[in-house]
Amino acid sequence: MQQSFKLAIKSIWGNKMRSFLTMLGIIIGVSAVIILVSVVSGYLSYMTESFASLGVDQITLNIINLPSRNVSVDEMYEFYDENTDLFGSMTPTISIRGVAKNGNDSLDSTSITGVSEDYQEIKDWELEYGRGLQYIDMSARHKVCVIGIYVANELYGGAEKACGETIKINGTAFTIVGVIEQQNKEELSEGGTDDFVWIPYTCATKLARNAYVNNYIITVNDLDKVSECKTALKNFLYEKMKNEDLYTVEATSDMLDEINSLVTTASVGLGGIAGISLLVAGVGVMNIMLVSVTERTREIGIRKALGARRSVILQQFVIEAAVTSSIGGVIGIAIGCGVIFLINRFNTTFQSTPTFSAIAVSFAVSVGIGLLFGYMPASRASKLNPIDALRSE
Amino acid sequence: MGEPLIELKDIYKIYQMGSEEVRANDGISLMINRGEFVAIVGKSGSGKSTLMNIIGALDVPTSGSYRLGGEDVAQMSDDQLADIRNRMIGFIFQQYNLLPKSNLLENVELPLLYAKVPKEERKERAMRQLGRVGLAEKWRNLPKQLSGGQQQRVSIARALAGDPSLILADEPTGALDSRTSREVLNFLKELHSEGNTIVMITHDNSIAVEAKRVVRIMDGKINFDGDVENYAAII
Repeated sequence: MQQSFKLAIKSIWGNKMRSFLTMLGIIIGVSAVIILVSVVSGYLSYMTESFASLGVDQITLNIINLPSRNVSVDEMYEFYDENTDLFGSMTPTISIRGVAKNGNDSLDSTSITGVSEDYQEIKDWELEYGRGLQYIDMSARHKVCVIGIYVANELYGGAEKACGETIKINGTAFTIVGVIEQQNKEELSEGGTDDFVWIPYTCATKLARNAYVNNYIITVNDLDKVSECKTALKNFLYEKMKNEDLYTVEATSDMLDEINSLVTTASVGLGGIAGISLLVAGVGVMNIMLVSVTERTREIGIRKALGARRSVILQQFVIEAAVTSSIGGVIGIAIGCGVIFLINRFNTTFQSTPTFSAIAVSFAVSVGIGLLFGYMPASRASKLNPIDALRSE
Repeated sequence: MGEPLIELKDIYKIYQMGSEEVRANDGISLMINRGEFVAIVGKSGSGKSTLMNIIGALDVPTSGSYRLGGEDVAQMSDDQLADIRNRMIGFIFQQYNLLPKSNLLENVELPLLYAKVPKEERKERAMRQLGRVGLAEKWRNLPKQLSGGQQQRVSIARALAGDPSLILADEPTGALDSRTSREVLNFLKELHSEGNTIVMITHDNSIAVEAKRVVRIMDGKINFDGDVENYAAII
């Protein structure tokens, strides 16, 4: 066994160029597998993280209310109160087209939304200054609002200065009671994440001149029960609307699942392509081993004449093939990890780490390829007739 | 002395060449005792190489029985033949057949390696044989760094390394000039005088007469078997 390894190393070293070319296929295949799998899994965890920050526990309702069939906010809250075991918090969301004004300064890209007191908790955003919207603001239709830091800076010159001031939305004055801390850490921009005004939804229905609320966000208590929650919502809405086309119920986690399965499919596909290159590399190993056997027919003849059993010759050539391809595998792993390191230096959006399983699997596959594709030439060598083999030049 | 080492009885080796049947060995019976020095002589195509392959356990006869040191070789499998060759026969080839990429020591060690002799003993025995043929200090060299005569001496050392019962030399001087041929022949004689059994295959009568006993093969049959003095008389 040890002797076979020695001989294998000797033979590989004796034909450096040829051994390298044989390994090249393995090197490319293994490094491709590692790079692809690592980058894809890095991207996947980046996607998952960014979706988690959007809130995977959210279900969004979209209802087309008709005069004849509709769901009122009170009915929604009634349903919600009956199902607090399933649902955590709920908010109607009413988008208002409009302009936010302080005196002569105005912002026209600001997103103005009517929400409930739960909205801030659902978003999981912290206050910079002041207070958030409260239940009493809803029921008493207080003309108050919570604004983003961009609006506070632009119109009032800071969060503290903004609180207590009034802001005019489409002509109606609202008192600013709180400012949310900066959410987009990189930049503050017009129409960006921090350019918003939240008002009580009860006021928003008036501003929007629409008695009905079409959109809700509801959070689920248990992420494993998302589909149960969706079914409950759908049943409730069907009872009211009698038509499935008049509403949609979408969970953020569905989107995440969809993206996950898309990325997984992509990674399996790419891995498969890289796998094919490993297979081609295996054929290369077999080819070279066949050449090697033909070239060394005489050597095999001498060894057999001096008493080498079939198994000894078989072992010698199989080990040579396996050693060749596993050296290729190790080089491929090194190159793959090196390339990932380089990718990470230039790609700051997300980090890829070579996964242990990718390394282990591709190394095992390259050794396996050596054994598998080395077997046929080795078995041919072991069956050579010593007389014919000795006669060959 | 006197105890039979090789017992060949009614050996036939028949090849099918297309529709034609070639009888390379056509009923050969031969007995060689331990300690003999026998030359098997014959022209090319006489069947002497086929006979040498059978004696050397490289091939099995189509029919007939072959006992080597009491063991029935004729019915053996590939691996059993390999073991027999390893244990009982030391080969000396015309083309030396040394492994070109291994040094002299590794070459001489080869039969011991397949006999699973432990590493230290292997090295010690191989070095002893290299010393015997006068090449101990060159053990690190590759075969191609040696002259033809020296290479043949290495192959003799390799043949002796496993302490075989039979030394089988196939045209041992075929590739050498007359001076080195003489050296090799003298060495074989020396081995014989130490009690080794030697079978030498050659086409050359002047080489054959160096042996004690000559067996001449013609058309797959033995047509002379006797003392070298008698053989010298008929050529």
